[in-house]
Amino acid sequence: MRLPHYRTTASQSTITIRCRLFGRYADALGVEALDLDLAPDASTRDAVAALRSQLENAELIPERPLVAINQRHALPDARLRDGDELAILPPLAGG
Amino acid sequence: MEHVTSEAIVVSDLLSHVSAVERGAVVLFLGTVRRSAEDGPVRGIDYSAYVEMAKGEFGRIVQEAGLRWPEARFAAQHRIGHVPVGEPSIAVAAGAPHRAEAFAACRFVIEEAKKRLPVWKKELLDDGRARWREDRQRDSAPPRSPCS
Repeated sequence: MRLPHYRTTASQSTITIRCRLFGRYADALGVEALDLDLAPDASTRDAVAALRSQLENAELIPERPLVAINQRHALPDARLRDGDELAILPPLAGG
Repeated sequence: MEHVTSEAIVVSDLLSHVSAVERGAVVLFLGTVRRSAEDGPVRGIDYSAYVEMAKGEFGRIVQEAGLRWPEARFAAQHRIGHVPVGEPSIAVAAGAPHRAEAFAACRFVIEEAKKRLPVWKKELLDDGRARWREDRQRDSAPPRSPCS
């Protein structure tokens, strides 16, 4: 399946990350996964800002949401690397 | 035993996993789908998860519990998909030589699971409506393992 792909920088040098959305975020934005091109020094905060500026209904995602990188909880300013999977997590509600 | 399942939780499987002659205490926690005056006319909950991460995180929680209570054995499962009212959505069993460790270890695992598992729930109401239910943290601070 081909995922939506968003460029967020005019630079030739970029990293590409896979962004995954869950719960009410995926519901509201109508997408569960997409690829994002970012500047090489991008952080999770930059990725979230890109999502918020480019996707409809993305204002539902807070500026500093709970995030996970490569299936581990991560800090909101964590640096991203090419090929990372960044998950934007709604408030957890298991149990 | 898979930590995340789309099947009904089989309590006897968890109990047999943690039971042994040297473990004189077994504590079982079941979280079940609730219907109450406070919650409204809930007929069930659709649980969704970041499944790959939830499996890993639950495994890490059990591993951390094993470091704290080396003589204990654990079984833990979260059910995803539709769970009707009254049925368990999460189960944690801890077997240990004595009740104090069994209670503490079981409590540790369920509390960490509530804080750390990437699972979400959508309540389904009698009138056909559905609503996301979020009742915990809203900020970006990642849930921290007490062992890190």
